[in-house]
Amino acid sequence: MASKHDIIERKTGLLIALVILVVSIGGLVEIVPLFFQKNLIEPVAGLKPYDALRLAGRDVYIREGCYNCHSQMIRPFRAETERYGPYSVAGEFVYDRPFQWGSKRTGPDLARVGGRYSDDWHRLHLVNPRDVVPESNMPAYAFLDRPIGGPSVAARMKALKVLGHPYSDAEIAKADEAIKGKTEMDALIAYLQGLGTQLKAAKG
Amino acid sequence: MTDDILKSGLISAGWAWYVAIFTMASLVFCLWILRANRTQKGEGGKDVKLHGTNQWDGLREWDNPLPKWWSNLFYITVFFSIGYLLLYPGLIVTPGALNWSTDSLHRAEVQDAKKQFDPIFDAYMKQDVKTVAADKGALQIGGRLYQTYCVQCHGTDMRGSKGFPNLVDNDWLYGGTPEAIKTSILDGRNGMMPAFGEQLKPDQVTDVAQYALSLSGRSSAPDAAKRGEETFKTTCAACHGPDGKGNPALGAPNLTDNVWLYGGSVAAVAESIGKGRQGKMPAHKDLLGEPRVHLLAAYVFAQSQSQAGSK
Repeated sequence: MASKHDIIERKTGLLIALVILVVSIGGLVEIVPLFFQKNLIEPVAGLKPYDALRLAGRDVYIREGCYNCHSQMIRPFRAETERYGPYSVAGEFVYDRPFQWGSKRTGPDLARVGGRYSDDWHRLHLVNPRDVVPESNMPAYAFLDRPIGGPSVAARMKALKVLGHPYSDAEIAKADEAIKGKTEMDALIAYLQGLGTQLKAAKG
Repeated sequence: MTDDILKSGLISAGWAWYVAIFTMASLVFCLWILRANRTQKGEGGKDVKLHGTNQWDGLREWDNPLPKWWSNLFYITVFFSIGYLLLYPGLIVTPGALNWSTDSLHRAEVQDAKKQFDPIFDAYMKQDVKTVAADKGALQIGGRLYQTYCVQCHGTDMRGSKGFPNLVDNDWLYGGTPEAIKTSILDGRNGMMPAFGEQLKPDQVTDVAQYALSLSGRSSAPDAAKRGEETFKTTCAACHGPDGKGNPALGAPNLTDNVWLYGGSVAAVAESIGKGRQGKMPAHKDLLGEPRVHLLAAYVFAQSQSQAGSK
């Protein structure tokens, strides 16, 4: 019996085209509509893009691979919302490129660590975590006490502006000035202290 | 239906219908492809040869029907999806019969816990902190809360460390009454020792440090302390008081009790004066809620009472 299937199996070009069509349907239905969903593409009320110092701190966070042990994603379970605060929502991460959700929790989740400890505590803890948490197995980051290096923060802010982060020209112009004389540790602490502070009022 | 689409956050209903129609069409397509590609055994149950070349090195390829159990599995997956889409919000245009969402799951979980724990907390909330501090059960809860939320700074033994106050030495920056402790935990405290390094010359700073140390009889250079007294009266007394006894309303520490939050060496005290100190106690109202803070305050108060003097 000469089934139609037979034709597809004999014509490789047609087979490839149909396979691509079938495989793409999943993406077209499950992924494409997400780009048109308000709670995914709009920032939560009060969310601002990272200022120059926090942006520099975020780069330190990524460079040091903090995401390898710390997640930034509180899941909607009571066990997590009790410990960390309201669960994370997509609108909190619209200015994160890329997001730092992570997938491994050797250390605690950091999505709402902002304001949880004092700056002094963070400094001590980064220099030697054992000084404040004796059983901690986090590496020491004392070496971060050095000037912020790397390419200009203003350039990065300019690039992010192209992607839709609402930086004003004045902010970008002042960016490199704003981080002058700051250490990488200052920047990292500023970044941590800002994490997840927008949803504080709406405790879930 | 419109409400459900709005709840999904999609910017237009068209996208919800796009998902729904595409999904349903895919299911129909799957059914069609299963039926359209059925093959049957040849006459008299003979195997069916595949059209064209079907023999390689003596191996033959046949176009026989799929085993029944196999093709039925395909049908089952299609019908399973239909059931799933009826129960869960897969099509977006309808929330599904179960009205399921991760948020409602979380809320139910929180409600269950509230039902269980709220009566316990409510009973303690009706008593003042001092009364709660005498309750053994409350202290057990408070102790566990302390070990979860406070140890990172104040330590497992409640004796703090440099920059983090000892809670059991009976020396309080912001007052040690049960109410003051509760306020400290609820709303946090912001220490504000300004930096005098620019206003004072370096040797003036050491002189004042010597004077501050002399208030608890620890000055190593009486001459310097004498020189520092003048500066102290004009600059420091505003917050620490003319006698150096401090002011709990401002969180200005008592300098006469020989308790040094940032170290009591001349260098450490001079650093406090020159560079300032911004000790910060974070607010815990949002994170813990008042009922827990109530129990925590009771625990800290009880411990400070029972351990006071055991420095």
